[in-house]
Amino acid sequence: MKFLQKKFDQIKPHFEKGGKWEKFHPIYEGHRTIFFAPDFVTGKKGAHIRDGNDLKRMMFTVIIAMIPCLIFGMWNVGHQHYLATGVDASVLDKFIIGALRTVPIIIVSYGVGLLTEFTFCVIRQHPVEEGFLVSGMLIPLVMPPTIPLWQVGMATVFAVIIGKEVFGGTGMNILNVALLARAFLYFAYPSQISGEVWTYLGDVPTVDGYSGATILAYGAEAATNKTDMWALIAEKGYTGMYEFWNMFIGIIPGSIGETSTLMCLIGAFILIATGVGSWKIILSVFVGAFAMGSLFNVFGGNSFLEMPAQYHLVIGGLAFGAVFMATDPVSAAQTEPGKWIYGFLIGVITVLIRVVNPAYPEGIMLAILFMNVFAPLIDFYVVEANKKRRLKRATV
Amino acid sequence: MSQTIKLKKGFDINLAGKAENRISETDQPETFAIKPSDFNHITMAKMMVAEGDNVKAGTPLFYEKTMEDVLFCSPVSGEIVEIRRGEKRRVMEIRILADKEIEFEKSKTFSISDINGLGREELQEMLSKGGVWPNVIQRPYGCVANPSDTPKSIFISAFDSNPLAPDYSFTQNGNEQYFQAGINALKKFTSGVIHLNTNANAEVAQVFAQIENVQNNKISGAHPAGNVGVQIHHIDPINKGDLVWTISPQGIVEIGKLLTEGIYDTSKLLAVTGSEVKSPGYVKTYTGACLNKLVAGNTNEGEKRYISGNVLTGEAVGEEGYLGFYHQQITVIPEGKYEELFGWITPTTKKLSFHKAFGLLSYTGGKNKEYVLDTNQHGEHRNFVMTGAFEKVLPMDILPNYLFKAIFAEDFDDMEALGIYELVEEDVALCEFIDVSKHDLQEILREGIQLIKNG
Repeated sequence: MKFLQKKFDQIKPHFEKGGKWEKFHPIYEGHRTIFFAPDFVTGKKGAHIRDGNDLKRMMFTVIIAMIPCLIFGMWNVGHQHYLATGVDASVLDKFIIGALRTVPIIIVSYGVGLLTEFTFCVIRQHPVEEGFLVSGMLIPLVMPPTIPLWQVGMATVFAVIIGKEVFGGTGMNILNVALLARAFLYFAYPSQISGEVWTYLGDVPTVDGYSGATILAYGAEAATNKTDMWALIAEKGYTGMYEFWNMFIGIIPGSIGETSTLMCLIGAFILIATGVGSWKIILSVFVGAFAMGSLFNVFGGNSFLEMPAQYHLVIGGLAFGAVFMATDPVSAAQTEPGKWIYGFLIGVITVLIRVVNPAYPEGIMLAILFMNVFAPLIDFYVVEANKKRRLKRATV
Repeated sequence: MSQTIKLKKGFDINLAGKAENRISETDQPETFAIKPSDFNHITMAKMMVAEGDNVKAGTPLFYEKTMEDVLFCSPVSGEIVEIRRGEKRRVMEIRILADKEIEFEKSKTFSISDINGLGREELQEMLSKGGVWPNVIQRPYGCVANPSDTPKSIFISAFDSNPLAPDYSFTQNGNEQYFQAGINALKKFTSGVIHLNTNANAEVAQVFAQIENVQNNKISGAHPAGNVGVQIHHIDPINKGDLVWTISPQGIVEIGKLLTEGIYDTSKLLAVTGSEVKSPGYVKTYTGACLNKLVAGNTNEGEKRYISGNVLTGEAVGEEGYLGFYHQQITVIPEGKYEELFGWITPTTKKLSFHKAFGLLSYTGGKNKEYVLDTNQHGEHRNFVMTGAFEKVLPMDILPNYLFKAIFAEDFDDMEALGIYELVEEDVALCEFIDVSKHDLQEILREGIQLIKNG
């Protein structure tokens, strides 16, 4: 380790004030601190000891929580591929074909994103911050496996610059960075991120009667045409695919990492146990979605409205959004009572968009972005209530 | 009507090096010093002595231009050897070479019942000229109280919940009479109540058990339950325009001694604590003592930080530095200037953490495990990212994130409305400890208080 330290020390003078690469100091510092926790000590006055936790560790914990989704997602991409092409394949085969689709997306996301970050660090002379460690992994997991790599790159650049850097970097953004990447693609290249994109086929012909649509698409179609979504699904002949527990485990077409509610719940467990994610937000998203789903059940009207409310919790990206996106502490509500309201409304709006608006089959992305924008307003009222309580005390 | 307050929020930092209840014999330091910087908002100290002057314990050294009545006095007798000045000739330190035997300035003495018969004016004059007044702190702002003010109440925290804190039942043992005399004197300054707050989880120390003229409250919970600011918040909160005084038991005893013995006697038992102290215990000394003799031969090898006060709020003064005016504790911990390979992710049980993020396993160690913590910051400074954590270690109805942001924005209305009047540095010290983004929150809060006070 002395060797590595020495190497860093050797090149250090070039990056210091007056050195030939002094502008690139943030990049030097960023790399050194990946290998070595820095030797910064506390100040002369104030707290002389500090907690062992820092932003790097906190962000890394989120990545660890995403690993179950990632691994399952890779397998599922392969599984869906062979299911659609009618080939029997081993677990390993499925995993390999999934990895071949997924890994390049991850590489592009991290590569392009970090390059953009570094560029801004040099221009703005601010340290390399850890936020993108998480965004860089979230972006691939919310992409369909068929997404063209150049689009991943474009979306990442857009999200990092417009979503984060223009506001001042990690901690200052208003919208969730990874969701912004997806929203960018959704509106800029709708044909590559909706319709029959959820299953990677390659050049292999599909089996007869194949359709790669998600249950949300069936629901939307049924609602528009006033037909029965379950009959539609039955027609396609995937026995058992859209049964509750199968969808809970996540063996359905969808974005790479979002299909499995089970894996999301494992991630949620890690986030909650480590105190990194807010259990209030996660729980209230589910509660909100279930409540709205139940309300629609009461009114009824078409087969999508009548779909049992618990289905809403396991289909689409709801679980993934609730666990990994809505809990982003920067763009979420920041007060504890605010978190309940924020999460609940995300759940409600997600189901609302899914069921009532046929133009957008999935609602979680827009619901979270929408509530990101409203989170400061929720917090404003919570903070005002706190101020009022303080004022009231005076008259007692 | 006494109150019992149960606090659920907070965090105890259990460090190695707790002082045992015994007094070690040490040589008294050769020099003592008074530092005007120990007192918040004392910025224009006017010297009343010059280098080379001889002083007694209780001889005035300086006063503050904005509060001329209050005299800051020498804790020991001897010769003024140096008046160290900083930028703009500001007085930083007044060093006194102490006599072997301490001589005191003598003033009139009173019995406890005499004190009850004294008028406020008379007491005000005696206390502010006698050197003991700076012990009286006012809230808001956490600065030396103005003796002519009348606070709505006076608060005394009779226990210290900070890491490795001294045990008042030991340090103040036998001071009952002085304590009562001090209380009786302070009673003249307020029409309200004097609150004496003891730890509900421990037996009430003898010195505090039979005190009259006070309301006894019991506080239970983890640190910062012993912080007087937290106690005020729950018992008699400070709103805009309110004035509350606080004073430590040691300060009251000094007032009591001044009135009953006629001397400014700052002798105190000082806790010598920390993982780098070989045998942690108590030593007897006076306010402003130089640390060197008090720790001599009693510390481990290696690079160390000598802190006057505790690890959360104290000041690193160095081995040759001087004890702060308000401090009753020295803490010696290892310095942490080292790089750690993959230190940001390696699992560890050695780093104490309030959080449970990946690999921080200190929560598995149980409550009684003692930690050796160094001064490493464990990470770099970042913008605020985490939310909801500060609230868990600040047992007040205050939203720290929003308050700090109001201070950053210099938004006076918000600072006021969000509770800056209720806080001083020590109240946010735990927030500073647990902050994932490594802000110097105590310093930020003081900047905010400064803005409000001057604005």
